[in-house]
Amino acid sequence: MIFREAGQFKSSYREDEAHLVLREERLFVLAVTLFAAVVVPAIAGEYLLRSILIPFLIFALATIGLNILVGYTGLISLGTAGFMAVGAFAAYKIATSFPWMHFGIVFVLAAVVAAVVGIAFGLPSLRIKGFYLAVTTLAAHFFIEWTLTHFGWFSNYASSGVISSPPLETFGYVIDAAWERYLLCLGFLVVMTVIAKNLVRSALGRSWMAIRDMDVAAEVIGIPILKTKLLAFAISSFYCGLAGALWAFVFLGSVEAQAFDIFRAFDVLFMVIIGGLGSIVGSYLGAGFFVILPIVITNVAGLFGGAVATDTLASLELVVFGGMIVFFLIVEPFGLARIWELAKEKLRLWPFPY
Amino acid sequence: MQFRKVAIGVTAAAMLAGSAQAAEQFIPVAAYWTGPYAAGGSAFGDGMADYYEFLNIRDGGINGVKLTYEKCETAYKTDRIVECYEKMKNNGPTGSPFYHPFSTGGTYAVFERAEADKIPIITIGYGRTDASDGRVFPYLFPALTNYWSQSTAKIKFIGSLEGGMEKLKGLKIANVHHDSAYGKETIPVLEEQAKKYGFEFRNFPVAHPGLDQKAIWLQIARQYRPDYVILRGWGVMNPTSLKEAARVRFPANKIVGVWWSGSEEDTRPAGDAAEGYYAAGYHGAGTDYPVIQWMMEHLYSKGKGSVDQDRLGTIYVNRAFAMAMVGTEAIRDAMKMVGENRPVTGPEVQAALEQLTFDKARLEKLGAVGLLPEFAMTCQDHEGGAPVRFLQWNNGAWTSASDWIETDQSIVRPMVEKSAAAYAAEKGITPRDCGA
Repeated sequence: MIFREAGQFKSSYREDEAHLVLREERLFVLAVTLFAAVVVPAIAGEYLLRSILIPFLIFALATIGLNILVGYTGLISLGTAGFMAVGAFAAYKIATSFPWMHFGIVFVLAAVVAAVVGIAFGLPSLRIKGFYLAVTTLAAHFFIEWTLTHFGWFSNYASSGVISSPPLETFGYVIDAAWERYLLCLGFLVVMTVIAKNLVRSALGRSWMAIRDMDVAAEVIGIPILKTKLLAFAISSFYCGLAGALWAFVFLGSVEAQAFDIFRAFDVLFMVIIGGLGSIVGSYLGAGFFVILPIVITNVAGLFGGAVATDTLASLELVVFGGMIVFFLIVEPFGLARIWELAKEKLRLWPFPY
Repeated sequence: MQFRKVAIGVTAAAMLAGSAQAAEQFIPVAAYWTGPYAAGGSAFGDGMADYYEFLNIRDGGINGVKLTYEKCETAYKTDRIVECYEKMKNNGPTGSPFYHPFSTGGTYAVFERAEADKIPIITIGYGRTDASDGRVFPYLFPALTNYWSQSTAKIKFIGSLEGGMEKLKGLKIANVHHDSAYGKETIPVLEEQAKKYGFEFRNFPVAHPGLDQKAIWLQIARQYRPDYVILRGWGVMNPTSLKEAARVRFPANKIVGVWWSGSEEDTRPAGDAAEGYYAAGYHGAGTDYPVIQWMMEHLYSKGKGSVDQDRLGTIYVNRAFAMAMVGTEAIRDAMKMVGENRPVTGPEVQAALEQLTFDKARLEKLGAVGLLPEFAMTCQDHEGGAPVRFLQWNNGAWTSASDWIETDQSIVRPMVEKSAAAYAAEKGITPRDCGA
């Protein structure tokens, strides 16, 4: 009833192939985007923007990247944090070597570097599958981390190995305020989401899914396995590299290998699983669940004002969060995206379910 | 009517609370009670909070201004350290007067935004070494002493064990370090000292987390055969090193640890293997200081305070008290400088930190003679030139193994200034004129 399909006719192939078929959906997405772009920066405080929303946007970007690899192509990867680190350090090296370059170009170039590294570490995926591939990408993670901490060249020989990122300057204007940084991340995320959404519906996206569902059959019907898998690695790493550059430059303001430890890779993988494998909207939901929920738990418990000791509270956060992950996976093994789909179905039928 | 009365009562209570809050000084306490480094983090967070609580109970705060604090869990993760910073920076009537990130990575992530927010970042014994140059880093205070200074004191201590700096010539020193940015930070200063004193050293990196060191210690004890080992570890790496050293019969009293390798949490798990092991510290150990006795009297004996009683006198808890004192004394000085007993702001505390002096008289007043060294910070020098002290692990307790040893600023300061100047050039910062 709320999603009212009656009277919405598709009279061309173009309309039939649109991303959002229903008018209600289009309006909803438009409203959310406008809300995020106009209302949120106007009303949200600095804490909300800087500490919650910016990490959420960046993680959503990384999750979309990993989802392309895990959800759409069926290749399990634990190298996300490593590729993010490549993006961050590449952006730092490019930005300090060519200070005149616009940071947008720097970020894209850094993401390209991450994509190249991703291709190199994607090569084993041609022979190995499943958990074995996960282990090789784990090796990739440690190799990248080791390289970045061991060779001073990557950090411009800074004595502590932690380096501070150059300012984000565009045409003489320095992006610094929380809402400016937020909008920058949002802009990148929106553009990259539209690209991802189109990619997974293209011939390439269908090839990915064919490989995921049965790679032998995909090969038989003429899908080039080598090219398709490596493209998945490249594009996934491109997203992760971009997310890493944003994480270092826009969120943290410093570049360090420890910010991209193995737990970061697990986090992003869990976001993909919780959000829903093979779903772009699920990437958003998973990232939201992972970034926002722990902070909400802490702040809600904090409202009880000192009744809970800080160390108990810190452990409580982990317990509640872990419990919710288990709960969601039992109730809905296909992730939050599936719940989202069911909600939309319900909205179509409401108030007369059958 | 009933409702109206209640409403008036609530409003009045809120106003009272508001006016009471106006005379309170808020201090953020961000530390890590969970995660791999919780042993240190819980002591830092709880110990600092306990010291603030103690001042409230004994003196009613600082000059009558009550201290309030909020604890925030960072799990030693850089993003959470930033989150805690952002959450608490505007709390209380004046916002955060200062912030302790308790992690080197966290220091890098917050110090630039803190400079914009005008909140001093205090990083005692960690963080950015070149921030000792206050001309380039006005809001960053690696107070007391830094890693490079510590390294010079360590070599002096080894010299004193040998019976003179000239005896260092021809000695072999193995630098067993955590293979991370933190672990490698002292290599350049060791190179300088090796040149100056004529000793030889070799680096032995240990991969994180450092549970497997068999091959390294075999190599040290059988091949390299150094006269001394410098242990620059962190977390579980430290007890493992001590145990492996004992296994290859390398004497523990030839191992000198840094101040992140010298706590009870590092030596107790190693058992007998740690007997005789030396470690650096920028504060004393044990409970034999008036201030800790006062805290026991006013706080712990009454069942208050969040640090476990049996942890009192341990290195990490004493370190927390020492760090808390630097902050509270800066607040005290700031009140004196503004001439008013009221909550102070970040810029006021920054000005106070730039003249903060812990001399004999102040240490006596604090009851912290021997717990903290004397030091004095200036606009130019955000380190303060505190000496370093060495402790030895004997029969299950840290005992003093040396007097306060002065650091060699003739080596450190030029390196600090060079590094700070490089940072200033990279960022396009014009160093402040400190009137020197």
